[in-house]
Amino acid sequence: MILYCALPDKRNLATDMNLTLADVQKIAHLARISVTPAQTEEVRIKLTGIFALIAQMQAVDTRGVEPMAHAQDVSLSLRDDRVTESDQREKFQKIAPQVENGLYLVPKVIE
Amino acid sequence: MHRHTLAELARLLAARQISSLELTRHLLERARSLNPRLNAFITLDEDKTLAQASAADARLARGEGAALTGIPVAHKDIFLADGWRTTCGSHMLENFVAPYDSFVIERFNDAGAVNLGKTNMDEFAMGSSNETSYFGPVRNPWDEARVPGGSSGGSAAAVAARVSPGATGTDTGGSIRQPAALTGICGLKPTYGVCSRWGMIAFASSLDQAGPLARSAEDCALLLNVMAGHDARDSTSVARPPEDYRRELAKPLAGLRVGLPKEYFGDGVAADVARAVQGAIEELQHLGAHMVEISLPNVKLSVPVYYVIAPAEASSNLSRFDGVRYGHRAGDYGDLNDLYCQSRAEGFGAEVKRRILIGTYVLSHGYYDAYYLQALKVRRLIADDHARAFGEVDVILGATAPSTAFRLGDKTDDPVQMYLNDIFTIAAPLAGLPAMSVPCGFGDTGLPVGLHLVGNYFEEARLLNLAHQYQLATDWHRRAPKGFGD
Amino acid sequence: MNWEIVVGIETHAQLSTQSKIFSGSSTAFGAAPNSQASAIDLALPGVLPTLNRGAVERAIRFGLAVGAVISPRSVFARKNYFYPDLPKGYQISQYELPIVVGGALAIVTPEGEKSIRLTRAHLEEDAGKSLHEDFHGSSGIDLNRAGTPLLEIVSEPDLRGAAEAVAYARTLHALVRWIGICDGNMQEGSFRCDANVSVRPRGSDTLGTRCEIKNLNSFRFLEKAIEYEARRQIELIEDGGKVVQQTRLYDPDQGETRAMRSKEDAHDYRYFPDPDLPPLVVDEAWIERVRGELPELPEAKKARFMRQYGLAAYDAHSLTASREMADYYEATAAALGHDPKIAANWVMGELSAALNRHEIGPEASPIAPEQLASLLARILDGTISGKIAKDVFEALWAGECGGNSDAIIAARGLKQISDTGAIEALVDAVLAANPRSVDEFRAGKDKAFNALVGQVMKASRGQANPAQVNEVLKKKLG
Repeated sequence: MILYCALPDKRNLATDMNLTLADVQKIAHLARISVTPAQTEEVRIKLTGIFALIAQMQAVDTRGVEPMAHAQDVSLSLRDDRVTESDQREKFQKIAPQVENGLYLVPKVIE
Repeated sequence: MHRHTLAELARLLAARQISSLELTRHLLERARSLNPRLNAFITLDEDKTLAQASAADARLARGEGAALTGIPVAHKDIFLADGWRTTCGSHMLENFVAPYDSFVIERFNDAGAVNLGKTNMDEFAMGSSNETSYFGPVRNPWDEARVPGGSSGGSAAAVAARVSPGATGTDTGGSIRQPAALTGICGLKPTYGVCSRWGMIAFASSLDQAGPLARSAEDCALLLNVMAGHDARDSTSVARPPEDYRRELAKPLAGLRVGLPKEYFGDGVAADVARAVQGAIEELQHLGAHMVEISLPNVKLSVPVYYVIAPAEASSNLSRFDGVRYGHRAGDYGDLNDLYCQSRAEGFGAEVKRRILIGTYVLSHGYYDAYYLQALKVRRLIADDHARAFGEVDVILGATAPSTAFRLGDKTDDPVQMYLNDIFTIAAPLAGLPAMSVPCGFGDTGLPVGLHLVGNYFEEARLLNLAHQYQLATDWHRRAPKGFGD
Repeated sequence: MNWEIVVGIETHAQLSTQSKIFSGSSTAFGAAPNSQASAIDLALPGVLPTLNRGAVERAIRFGLAVGAVISPRSVFARKNYFYPDLPKGYQISQYELPIVVGGALAIVTPEGEKSIRLTRAHLEEDAGKSLHEDFHGSSGIDLNRAGTPLLEIVSEPDLRGAAEAVAYARTLHALVRWIGICDGNMQEGSFRCDANVSVRPRGSDTLGTRCEIKNLNSFRFLEKAIEYEARRQIELIEDGGKVVQQTRLYDPDQGETRAMRSKEDAHDYRYFPDPDLPPLVVDEAWIERVRGELPELPEAKKARFMRQYGLAAYDAHSLTASREMADYYEATAAALGHDPKIAANWVMGELSAALNRHEIGPEASPIAPEQLASLLARILDGTISGKIAKDVFEALWAGECGGNSDAIIAARGLKQISDTGAIEALVDAVLAANPRSVDEFRAGKDKAFNALVGQVMKASRGQANPAQVNEVLKKKLG
């Protein structure tokens, strides 16, 4: 194994690296994934380990470096404004969990 | 029949010495009989497959065959194929029948190739051992107690076991190359944008790239000829004239400059892997290539950078799986929020959930700059390192994986150890560069070792050239796992 | 305490493209549910967005019309949140680098003209619709609208009170229609406003905590919602409470605003650049081409109307309320050739009243500008009086005599009597029949004179030239 990668430099660990159970519950809610109280601690331990790995890149001086969000330096190509799609509702709704009168059904939405 | 390479089968089909139907029947039978052992396929659909084979034979009879007409190809279950169940290795999509074709499937259909079946994979391509699949792990034909690598483990195992002459895979951090290395076959991840991502279920959109897995470099070139191409439906697809990826196969290697990054040669590589790679270096020198020591100072940060960017994109890409329009919906839920939380908790496996949570965290308020933005900047540094290196060398070389195939269950409890298996393969997708794994020998326990090659942008043909010349001089790629080569 | 109400407005203008912003689905309104929801709009696995050039072009047009900077490079980002009308679980929008930056819009207030600064305008996709009618306790989701192109236009908090906010919204509404980027149909949701409302003691220069009221789809609701919300905040503060920043919804039935539950995660949208969409680059040549195709803008046209036709500011403002109205006026004035003021009076008066009565726009008027001009020419040359002309106008509207005003005048015998002999005869008869009025006039009652004029006009069935009647009467009585 490559040890220099496996062992994060402790000096660079950010102070928030120790996720709390509340942090786990908060992000689980944002991600809409139910994490039972029994699972929370195990998730917290695993995530903390991963964030210790991630912490290595945080010490790098990146002042003046242009962020790289795309793998290729290209600009967006554009589509002509034409209608190219036809109605495929029947096909698409065949794989839907619950539909009625062409509508997808969900528990009552509260605005 | 299954012992032939894809190129050999293509010649036999074109010469009408075999029919696609007999070849396909034979391989389907092999797939069925081996699947209980290897679990390489999630879905086999005999009727659809044989119908394509018949159509291919008719096309060949009309004299309208193309290079791959009648060739059975196995497809990673991440590519949508109209009318085929497409699961992405997940309970979430266990019953999802694709309503349209992905670009890659369209291309193979147009070429008259036959869809042999949908191969097993780590759930949503998240994994390096194929153990995160909802449909159970794939086993390595070289040692069925060991993993085939991942995430394209089913495709790799199917090719290594001589079930499919070629297969498709996708690579985000090494998902084509690492399983290719662990199963003793070739796998190529093209330059980002070469194969359209249309209809390929997204993991990390700025890294995902489709590519071929096959036994030889020549076979990979044939498959890539079909898979590559511009597609207006993918805004990141690169508009370049079509090329024949076989065109440089025969070129001698004399004068080729091969870079050996000092960061990739050190204590982190298992001794048997290092020995095999050293052997390959000597063989390449013998073929006329020059070795140049180079440095990629920031590649050691690839794994941490990747585990910010890929989960961030994944957390957003996987939000669409909400149990409303398709996919798994929990049986028991209260309000709308509960529908989301339960359906997603049930539909996704532990590793997928873990990555969604990491991604959600690194993008969330107060952490974006420290994690996500910083990762994008270090990503740039890594890409710059490679750009500098390609000023001096034509190809960068190393080991594909730090060790040979590990045992099932060995790393499942330690995600960080699992992630570090991709340490050599992650930099190429971060930079968007093409990279390839080529069999280069065997380790102490008789398991295959992969040689990793990284090229400059759009230099797939050069990688294939190097690999092909190496394969003319060596026979590692012809070795079959015991019991699968007869 | 004396409070100042501070308002900033975010407007979602639906761009008038044929197809959606990231897919080739139709944007037509009113189709059967989910019949215009393609694989991309439904966020099926594996789909990818491609950007509609028509949407970008419209954003550029808007930016140029408000004097903004068109960003040479702008970026699409993902705004992440879960909601059933948002199939991908994120909305593609522009965040850090929008396509339109800055600009201003001039509005007319009782105190005069005021320039409202714009912060930005960015491209984004609309969400679908949740239908809350009862599906056994469920909501139904229609994704036809998902992916419809929107331009979100954000103003600075430069507006003071509901009236200014409405003036701004109306001016903006007129502008987006004027430059042809949005049909402005508020019933169909093509033009919706969110109002950011805060209050502060008059004279303070720091902003109070704001609340955002979402989805106001009529000017009246905009006005009522701001008034209610400002009153709520003032009462809250005066009772010792504090305004909490939140997103609220206006309920027109109750006439009040309430906090939205669905916006609880609003503070954490986890924006990041969309990896599926490289940066949008707009080059100078494109901007210049769009600039060349821009129509004369309302402000410029208003100034020209005042200069060229000698119109008052108010009249010029009214006639430039819409491009159709301005075009109608100019065509009428051109056909008439002289006296553009009478054309202005008739277009703003008789014509506008008739259009309003029939709820149609000038472009659908049954009276073409040339027909109106030939009618006005008959007033100017004394053939008919202005009063008679109104009757002819009605006949023209109804399509009588093939819409020929001269034919209507002839057929109805409406030609004005300008023959002095005939008028003298009429006057003599009226004087003879109304000795009391004559006496009263002579006793100094001016009103009696008007009564006599009325009698003469009546006797002529309105056709006598009123100026001549006056003249002859004066002479005879003098």
